[in-house]
Amino acid sequence: MPLLQIKNLTHFFGGLRAVYDFNLDLEEGELVGLIGPNGAGKTTIFNLVTGAYKPTEGEVRLNGDNLVGLRPHKITAQGIARTFQTIRLWNEMTVLDNVCVAHAARIKYSLLDSILHGRRYQEEERQIKEQAIELLAAFGLAGQAQELVKNMPYGAQRRVEIVRALATEPRLVLLDEPAAGMNPGEIGELMGLIQRIRQEFDLTVWIIEHQMRVIMNICERIKVIDFGETIAEGTPAEIQNNPKVIEAYLGEEVF
Amino acid sequence: MRKFYLPLLVLLLFVAIIGGSWLRVFNEYWQLVLLYMGINIILTVSLNLINGYMGEFSCGHAGFMGVGAYVAGLLSVWLFAEDKVFGPPVLPAALAIPLFPVILIVGGVAASLVGLLVAIPSFRTRGDYLAIITLAVNYIIKSVLENFAPGGARGFVGMKRVMNNMDGVFDAPWLLIWTFIGMILTIIIIRNFVSSILGKGVVAIREDEIAAELMSVNTRRVKVIAFMLSCGLAGLAGGLFAHGPGGYINPGTFTILKSTEIMVMVYLGGMGSLSGSIISAVGFTLLLEILRPLGVFKWVVIPLLLVVMMLVRPSGIMGNKELTDVFPRLRAIFGSKEESYALASD
Repeated sequence: MPLLQIKNLTHFFGGLRAVYDFNLDLEEGELVGLIGPNGAGKTTIFNLVTGAYKPTEGEVRLNGDNLVGLRPHKITAQGIARTFQTIRLWNEMTVLDNVCVAHAARIKYSLLDSILHGRRYQEEERQIKEQAIELLAAFGLAGQAQELVKNMPYGAQRRVEIVRALATEPRLVLLDEPAAGMNPGEIGELMGLIQRIRQEFDLTVWIIEHQMRVIMNICERIKVIDFGETIAEGTPAEIQNNPKVIEAYLGEEVF
Repeated sequence: MRKFYLPLLVLLLFVAIIGGSWLRVFNEYWQLVLLYMGINIILTVSLNLINGYMGEFSCGHAGFMGVGAYVAGLLSVWLFAEDKVFGPPVLPAALAIPLFPVILIVGGVAASLVGLLVAIPSFRTRGDYLAIITLAVNYIIKSVLENFAPGGARGFVGMKRVMNNMDGVFDAPWLLIWTFIGMILTIIIIRNFVSSILGKGVVAIREDEIAAELMSVNTRRVKVIAFMLSCGLAGLAGGLFAHGPGGYINPGTFTILKSTEIMVMVYLGGMGSLSGSIISAVGFTLLLEILRPLGVFKWVVIPLLLVVMMLVRPSGIMGNKELTDVFPRLRAIFGSKEESYALASD
């Protein structure tokens, strides 16, 4: 059974058809790309899968369990984490707190424990903090754990966002244009990082990206959409030579 | 040894205030000022959880205070005083001393249940819309008290008799004692809550609510907790207020004007700063008293001071920092906000 199963996903914003009849099966461990011109509906699909929007029609299943209608934090707890097109970290909080709060679903202590700071509270908080610091250390961010996020450089904020997504202990990570605003050197590092988290954390990765260098180098399979509809699907080589894709998307570069 | 400094400081303060009042070193006027300081600290610190830490805009805090004041006041008069409405006391006066805190807690619980009713629409609205809802709730509470509570618009008296009965059994500044304890508990509750990972979800909601929900914070639950906690503590402050000098409460006290006063104290101290809230509650209470000779003109001078304050320091006295951030040496007394420092450097 595929890890993520999307069937006939359709979404309307009022009269605007943002996504139409989108189908996708993600196998465990795959790295799949989603591309398309601006406004094609890519981010909308991510928002539908993570529960930020409720689809007009269609189903989304993770390991066979229905996700449609669940609240976003429940879907995250089931194992889907994401990053955002524009960074959406909690700016006035420290890097460590950003990562700790992403563990929120695993907190078992009650409100009373959080007020009395009892033994169970201490134990759980210590565990979460230790895990968060371990995770930050793995990405070279332990030294900045107490830094406010808003004071971090852009590239580091992108990394913090990925660490925060990993802190929710996902099985599937959705990366929404992780290379946006990065220079070529940073993009190279990012590609290494994506490969690395995929191996170290046994992740399935689904990525939206405009940088063809990223998509063509790391993705095993690519899906292309335009105006909410799928126009092509295949390996990077197939996509590069697909006339429909060239027309819709890469056209400018070819002609 | 370090961790004993703060409790010791609190104990000294307690002994000074309560001892001073007991031995009549502070006259009745100063006891009243101290009482209002304590009540204002509870109100300000509790509202800071919603308006400061959570970044919502609740402007009906006095309404919840009113709920606590009426529930606690009516309950204590019914139980412990001879009254026209309720008749003879239900319980002997000697029980008033141990049961007084229970009455205050009941008032707080009642207010937090009303807070639950506000938390539910807050799932869907934010910012201006929530401000309007809380404003409406404030008016609803006032109208309900005016039309259905004993005494109606004239207000309700009788709590003085309860306090007198308590003094008759054992003479001590009971109200001041419980106000002090309530104030310390409020500060501890809010401080501990916002320093827990559960409570940091409140700040995450302020910073980016959608990201918070998508990054596994159960935003509905966290909002309900924050609202109920904040409103419950306002109810506690109300219960204390109801037993103040004169023992008189009036629905007209718990209007938008009082809510505004609490908001002013929060914004004056700094959103998301507990020490700021405490400083501004104490300072504002004192300012009201210092300017008393000006009579009505005090309401010209105080808003003017506020305007100046907002121009010079728009983020409030402390911004979102704590005293320990500004004066790191104080960590020796108050302890560090970030115990995780040690962990990070390992």
